[in-house]
This record gives sequence, structure tokens and C-alpha cells, in this order.
Amino acid sequence: MTTAPRPRHPGAVRLTDTTLRDGSHAMRHQWTVEQARAVVRALDDSGVEVIEVSHGDGLGGSSFNYGFSGTDELELIRAAVEETRRARVAVLLLPGVGTVEDLDRAHDLGASVARIATHCTEADVSAQHFGRARRLGMETVGFLMLSHRIGPDALAAQARIMADAGCQCVYVVDSAGALILEAAGDRVSALVAELGTDAEVGFHGHQNLSFGVANSVLAQRNGASQIDGTLCAVGAGAGNAPTEVLAAAFERLGVETGVDVQGILRAADEVVRPMLLRLPWMDRAAIVQGTAGVYSSFLLHAERAAKRYGVPAHAILRAVGEAGYVGGQEDMIIDVAIRLRDGAPSDSVA
Amino acid sequence: MPRVTAAIVGPGNIGTDLMAKLLRSQHLDLRWMVGVDARSDGLARARSAGLETSAEGVGWLVARPELPDIVFEATSAAAHAAHAPLYAQAGIRAVDLTPAAVGPFVCPPVNLDAVHDEPNLNLITCGGQATIPIVAAVSQVAPVDYAEIVASIASRSAGPGTRANIDEFTRTTSRAIESVGGAARGKAIIILNPVDPPMVMRDTVFCAVPVDTDTDAVTASVVAMLERVQGYVPGYALKAEPQFDPVQTPDGQRLRVTVLLEVTGNGDYLPPWAGNLDIMTAAAARVGDVLAHQLEKVTP
Repeated sequence: MTTAPRPRHPGAVRLTDTTLRDGSHAMRHQWTVEQARAVVRALDDSGVEVIEVSHGDGLGGSSFNYGFSGTDELELIRAAVEETRRARVAVLLLPGVGTVEDLDRAHDLGASVARIATHCTEADVSAQHFGRARRLGMETVGFLMLSHRIGPDALAAQARIMADAGCQCVYVVDSAGALILEAAGDRVSALVAELGTDAEVGFHGHQNLSFGVANSVLAQRNGASQIDGTLCAVGAGAGNAPTEVLAAAFERLGVETGVDVQGILRAADEVVRPMLLRLPWMDRAAIVQGTAGVYSSFLLHAERAAKRYGVPAHAILRAVGEAGYVGGQEDMIIDVAIRLRDGAPSDSVA
Repeated sequence: MPRVTAAIVGPGNIGTDLMAKLLRSQHLDLRWMVGVDARSDGLARARSAGLETSAEGVGWLVARPELPDIVFEATSAAAHAAHAPLYAQAGIRAVDLTPAAVGPFVCPPVNLDAVHDEPNLNLITCGGQATIPIVAAVSQVAPVDYAEIVASIASRSAGPGTRANIDEFTRTTSRAIESVGGAARGKAIIILNPVDPPMVMRDTVFCAVPVDTDTDAVTASVVAMLERVQGYVPGYALKAEPQFDPVQTPDGQRLRVTVLLEVTGNGDYLPPWAGNLDIMTAAAARVGDVLAHQLEKVTP
């Protein structure tokens, strides 16, 4: 079922749970319909308002490059919509990977929030997708990925492009878990100053350097009103800011989220944790991702390439960081691994 | 002196780079460059190169007492869709570098022989020109039930037209992977990378083939195709030997062929990192040469 966005008081945050999208990376895109139903029920019961469901790399992401979905994402979206009573289902789309037709299909199944993600310098490729989402009557969210790669003012200018294209909330997305405190807060402030009342500002944090929750709190203090998390932190890299910790921390701070803390703790502990293939962990490779600013979902691909070509995952990730590869260039991990195996010095791997 | 004459419509980056290539052609006499903006840098360069130019658009071109045999269009899909009937009426062959796809797709080393009689030929996309030869090379050895390509290009080489309609790239390229490359199902992904200095175009081709496919035969076919493309795009290179991995796909267990490519441009007008633009203009010039050769034969 579809409901309208709930009204929010000033200073309140809306938590969007992306266990069934960003968490999909750590599940190797193998979420099942039964798992999706259980997760959605638990989130909905806890009062989470927006639940994102898609392949980890967004609609149309099922591929050699990013990994094939075990279950078609449209089946997961259909199941998620059926399970919701109060929550709304969001989908992610990366222009260049998915198309407006993918958005149409998700909307037909009842998804009502369209989140459009671009690299932080390439916001203008999202205009046609925001246009379509608004025409479909969907709520719109923009994702500026790898936000650490450019400064606050340049990021705000990209946020303006998205807002002008019809985006109602622009996220600072710390895809590499590379932002530390003020680096996150200053970016959020710059977006808030630029967008004013034209669009909200959101924050999406990762745990590679363990700042996911702290950065989210600072983002809220700097004016962000939408925050992302996943249950048990399941997600790309060392995982996401955990939804249950965000809910508990915001409650302690007196920030309204509309989420029932006991319910969300149960959802994480009893529903999601038994399903996980691996618990998110800040291991060597994930920390290197944070320090080298590497897209978090590269982690499992680097681990696979490490095994195949006999070179360390952290060395691959460091070389990928030096080359400045962006989200979506998972194919370059194979390329880098082959060159490392063949003995290229890491500085020539760029 | 070649007797087959040509015009370029659209004096932007692509049109200007194409001009440099066509001026070197042994088979084509490039005579006209047409735009819509009198201050265009491309028109000024064309004038210095000795071409007859106009900023009055296609109407000017088709009203010339002498018409070109071939027109190369490097404008936009909408503009080409409007111009195509005018060329057809005037009996001018069209080589279309826009995504309009009025005529059939052409990828020179794969299907030019099959479509060269068509009055209007479409050059697919940059990613298509870079990857479809490889899909076709694999298809020649084994049935490809799924092919996927990832094209990474420098942000600075993606113009406003591409950015406003990036879905057109994914859709058109996917279709051509099937109809020209020979895959049962195609998927295309495009990534813009802003790193500075700009990255050279990279393309990765993944093909799903039966597990018992002869991998040496696939490699040999890929290398042979590589050489054919290098005949008109000297900077077209394999970054590593083709890789073979058994993988589980939605269609079942398959052998995944991975071909890692790099496309360095010729640096004619666009810088060498813009291999994506170079491979389009090089393919267009290649099509032009073959058409010219054919027109010379049929109009003695």
C-alpha cells in the first residue's frame, strides 16, 4: 500500500532503512522473497517509514559486473510492497546502469520513493530520471556518491543541479566510509545552505572507519533530516550505519525518528542477524577502503579477485583508490588484480 | 583526386575531429561543413582547411547546385531525425553519428558488408563501437546467450546531449549487442569518471558461453578482431589476455569470457584520452571510405 510522507517536526529525522538494498552487497545479492517479507514486516512494525529494496547497485544492477541477483529485484519489491502497512518502499537507480523503464516497472509494483544516485561530480545525468519519477508521482531523493571526493561548495553546486531537476532531498553519501566528523558535517551544512527550503538534505554513512553513526548525528545537527541505515550494519565495505543504533542514539539525544527502539532492536537481533552470510567487520581491506576513499561495494569483488589472482585484497583496493575509480567500475578490479599479479609496481597500476 | 564528395553537418567536437580524419581520406573529397552558429569554432577551422561552410543549416546544403554524395551527421538524434528525409529526397547517403538510429546499425568490422547499400547508416554509440566487435568475435566461436559491456569514459568527454539522455546510450548499445554482436541478450553499462588528468576510455566485455567452449579459439578470434579494429583505430588495445571463469548465471552454469580493452584516441582534434569520441569518428571515416569505394564502382 502507498501512504503519503508523514509530517515531521523541525529537527526530527526520517530513517530510511536500506538493508534490502545496500545490505544486498554483503548478501551477494541473494536476498529471498521470504527474507524480504520478514525484514519489511519487522521494519514496518518498528515504525520505519521508508524501506529501500533493489539490487545493491540499483535497479538493473543484476549483472556479471556487480553480481547476479538470486531473486529478481522486482519480485522482492512486489513482496515488500505487499508486506507494508505504514511504510513506503523506495528503489535506487544509478543512471548508466538502470533506466527509466526500470523505474516504471518498480513504480507499477507500488514503489513510491525514487532514489537516483550519481557520482558526486556527475549530478546532471540524473535529470531525466528525476523528471520521470516526478511525473510518476514518486517522492524523489538524490544520492551524491563518494561525496568525500569533492569539497563542500562543489558538492552543494551538484546538489543544486539535482534539486533543479526535481529532487526533493539530496544526500551526502559517504560511499567509502571516508568522511570523519566535520568532513561530513561541513558537507551537510553546505547543502543545507544551498538548498534552503527547495529540498531536504540527507546523510548515508558507512562504517569503514567506524564513523557511520557519529557522522549521522553530526549531519542531523547540521540540518540533515533524512538518514540511512541498515539492520546489523549489513552492507557494503565494513557495513552501513546500523539502523538500530541510529534509532537508539537519536532517542538518547532527544531527536525524534518515529522508530520504536525496542522493536528495531528486535528486528536486527532476531530477524536479520540469523540471515546474514557474514557479519560486517572493519577488517584490513575495509579500513583501507576508508583511508583510500574506495567505493565500499568494491570489497567483496576485491576479495574474489584476490583469491582468483593471488594478490591481497587490500593491495587491490589501495591501487583502485590511487586510480580514482568511481562506483560502477567494478570491472577495473579484475584489471588491477591482473596487473598486480603480473608484478606491476602499484604506482603504475593507475 | 577522389571523385566521391562529402559534407559534415554539425561542426562540434565530433564533427571537427571527423573533419581531420576525412581530410586524410584517399577515397573521399570532403567539401562542405554545415552548422547553425556563425561563431562556431568548428566552422572557422573548416574554412581554414579550405572547406565551403555555412551556418544556415541543412537547408543550405540541400539547396547547393552540386550535392555531396555522402553526408556525415554529428548533431543530435532529434536533428538527424528531421534531416534524414531531406537527405533521402536528395539522394544523399547518410552516415549518422547521433543516436537517432533512422537507418540500420553499423559496426565496420562486423556488418558493414551486409548493410553498406542502405541509404542511411547509424553508428550506434561509442561504447558499442568499442565492444560489439569483441562480442561478435566471441559469437563466431560459441553461442553467446548473454553479453554485457561496461564503458568507462572521462567525464569531460561526455557532452550535454549524452548527459541529458544517458538511457539512450544503455538502450541503444544493449540492442546492438544483440542485433549486431550476435548475443541472445545484451546489457550495457556506462560510467563517467571525473579523475584528473582524464582517464583514457576503458571498456570491458563479458560474454556467457557454454562451459565446454574452446578457450584458445575464443582468444584467437578476439585477437583477430582486435587487429581488424586496429586497422582504423590504432589505439584500440587489449589490457590483458581474455580471462575465462566458470560462473553461475541466471541461465545456469556458464563460462564467463572477460575482455579488458583500452581505447586511446588518435588526438586529431580531441585529446587522446577521448578514445570514446575517436572510435566514433574513426568508424564513421571507415564507413565513408567503404561507401566511397562502392560509389566509385557503381558510377563510372
